[in-house]
Amino acid sequence: MDVILEAFGQAAGLIGTFDARLIGIVALSLQVSLSAVAIATLVGLPIGAALAVGKFPGRQALVVLLNAMMGLPPVVVGLLVYLLLSRAGPLGPLGILFTPSAMVVAQTILILPIIAALTRQAVEDAWHEYREQLTSLGAHGWTAALTLVWDIRFSLITAVLAGLGRAAAEVGAVMIVGGNIDGVTRVMTTAIALETSKGDLPLALSLGVILVTLVLLLNAAAQSLKQLAVQRYG
Amino acid sequence: MAVRQRRRFLFIGTALAALVATSPLADEDRYITVASTTSTQSSGLFEHLLPKFEKETGIKVRVVAVGTGQALAMGGRGDADVLFVHDKVAEEKFVAEGYGVNRKEVMYNDFVIIGPKTNPAKVIGDDDVLAALKKIKAAQASFVSRADKSGTYAAELRYWNAAGIDIATEKGPWYKETGSGMGAALNTASGLNAYLISDRGTWLSFKNRGELTVLVAGDKRLFNQYGIMLVNPAKHAHVKKVYGELFVNWVASPVGQRAIADYKINGEQLFFPNYRSQ
Amino acid sequence: MVDAAIPLANSILPLRLEEASFVVDGRAIIDRISLTIDAGPRTIILGPNGAGKSVLMRLCHGLLVPTAGRLLWNRPDRPGERRRQAMVFQTQVMLRRSALGNITYALKLAAVPSAERTAQAWEALDRVGLTHLAKNSARVLSVGEQQRLALARAWALHPEVLFLDEPTASLDPSATAEVERIIHAIHAAGTKIVMSTHNLGQAKRVGDEVVFLHQGQLKEHSSVDRFFTAPSSVEAEAFIKGELPWLYDNDAVSYSSAQRLRR
Repeated sequence: MDVILEAFGQAAGLIGTFDARLIGIVALSLQVSLSAVAIATLVGLPIGAALAVGKFPGRQALVVLLNAMMGLPPVVVGLLVYLLLSRAGPLGPLGILFTPSAMVVAQTILILPIIAALTRQAVEDAWHEYREQLTSLGAHGWTAALTLVWDIRFSLITAVLAGLGRAAAEVGAVMIVGGNIDGVTRVMTTAIALETSKGDLPLALSLGVILVTLVLLLNAAAQSLKQLAVQRYG
Repeated sequence: MAVRQRRRFLFIGTALAALVATSPLADEDRYITVASTTSTQSSGLFEHLLPKFEKETGIKVRVVAVGTGQALAMGGRGDADVLFVHDKVAEEKFVAEGYGVNRKEVMYNDFVIIGPKTNPAKVIGDDDVLAALKKIKAAQASFVSRADKSGTYAAELRYWNAAGIDIATEKGPWYKETGSGMGAALNTASGLNAYLISDRGTWLSFKNRGELTVLVAGDKRLFNQYGIMLVNPAKHAHVKKVYGELFVNWVASPVGQRAIADYKINGEQLFFPNYRSQ
Repeated sequence: MVDAAIPLANSILPLRLEEASFVVDGRAIIDRISLTIDAGPRTIILGPNGAGKSVLMRLCHGLLVPTAGRLLWNRPDRPGERRRQAMVFQTQVMLRRSALGNITYALKLAAVPSAERTAQAWEALDRVGLTHLAKNSARVLSVGEQQRLALARAWALHPEVLFLDEPTASLDPSATAEVERIIHAIHAAGTKIVMSTHNLGQAKRVGDEVVFLHQGQLKEHSSVDRFFTAPSSVEAEAFIKGELPWLYDNDAVSYSSAQRLRR
């Protein structure tokens, strides 16, 4: 238990002194994960909405596939993206391996199914409630899907948060495609892994405390936003 | 629809901007990618060495630390400009196959046999490495092996072989193959109170020692040679030949060699420069 | 006597049902109904709970498709044309926007140019007396206010036909009176009213003609006066006297069966 207490103390110390390297690592973590969430939301929201409202052969199979992909192992995604972005791979000429861009790509792929699947569920539930009214007004297909997405926007925050949580917490993908390069691609999770391998467990744990606190704060902020919205809009 | 489309484009624009902002800009091309090993990174050598090079040349060095095997594979794929590893046999094969050029042997450190203070295998300091390993096997004492394609693992296999033990067939539950980097293996050994072979650099900077201590050191066989080389630009046109060679030559230069010698932890030197031009 | 209106070339009325049925799990919720709904009179779909009123309304409005028989409007929808019908449901589903926003949304779907949408929405709110709540979130309005908002929305669309499915079933008497007033005004502005109810008093107040359903079948179709003074079917007579037994909540069961079919 001493290690844990020491970790909290060390975490407070690191934050208090605005350790430059720490700030850099935290900033990069946020940059990478938030970028991934932004892109995954942009792409995943319409996919989920379309799947919820659409009627076409193979729809059910697609829903099952999307749900299954929520459980993609990060290390596998990392490996696949590495092979794609490697110089010997098809997208090698892009030259983004071992840069934050590669990390954004990997994390986007990882969390896209989460956001799409959760959106699909939420939109499908809303569709049952809204369907008659929207059909009566003449809203079909994409119009209906986008109307629903906008209407349930606050409950979709949960889906986005789930994606953010996954992205911020994973280490397998960013380690492989980023390379944990000091000052360039080192994020919180890879820094924790490194300090652990150096046997500096208190430091590793303190970084962990900071990471968890950060994610907690983001969740709390989103939750209050949801509460306010429910009060205002019903 | 128009409003929604505008919102969409705003989102797309922001996302692309985020992507671009996090990617290296064109004029920040002044860097090389060096694939090295986890043990070298864990020792802290790069934090000491690289700033000197960067100050002198303005070239940034980005180190990706993986096992020697993975580093060589990366070189083969063209994902690194320079390799800085420690497995002479594998390195020479790499060069012979045309994937590496301008290979220089620049420094050595040594391996040590680490073990628990309780020392169930009764290994003594005077033992050479082969005798120590024989004792460990005889006592069936817990032993952690990296079992990855690292330079350290390659050395470990050579030692078992030289001791007349066919470890592949003669291992038992006492022999724990973790498939991990040096630091992770040390953590495991610390937790299991097991023996293992480590490079001195990682050991000296390792903080989670538990009951472990150095038991055997100094045997000439424990000598661990590091080599540095440029990934062959003939195979991969995008390799940063000029910057890469600058680094390779700098490490072998008197300045670089002195910097290596200067690196100490608690007054103890970790790496010994030994570049000799042919 | 119902005067048959002369069908205008542009009008979607009259609506003709020819032996239309809606069968779910072997049960005929609508059983071979043949019916003509003309422009002009306010039509009341009357019947006890479980008669199939809600399903009939949804068939007419196009939310359900008959499993047998035909349903024909005077002319088919033309491409690019806005909906000529609207419907007000028993309970409202409002979007998470302001009251005004819900109306402008409907107007946008109806391809009303953006410059005119707000003005038309305000006008609609004014006619139902909700301008003071225009900026309020629609989902936090009271049930009565939401019903009036739905009517305002329907009115703003200037439909040829307005379907209303038991619009006052969950309202108190004063709210009911307000809704009926609005329906009267909508009719006066030229919209055909088709409204379902099980309330005899409301049928008399609001309707000009009655379509009486019993267990999915059309039992009577006559003017309000004729229906209440001289009903021609046994079931109608019993219903008017308040004698028809309420077997079970047929409407709810049949409706939810229809929902399952649609999925």
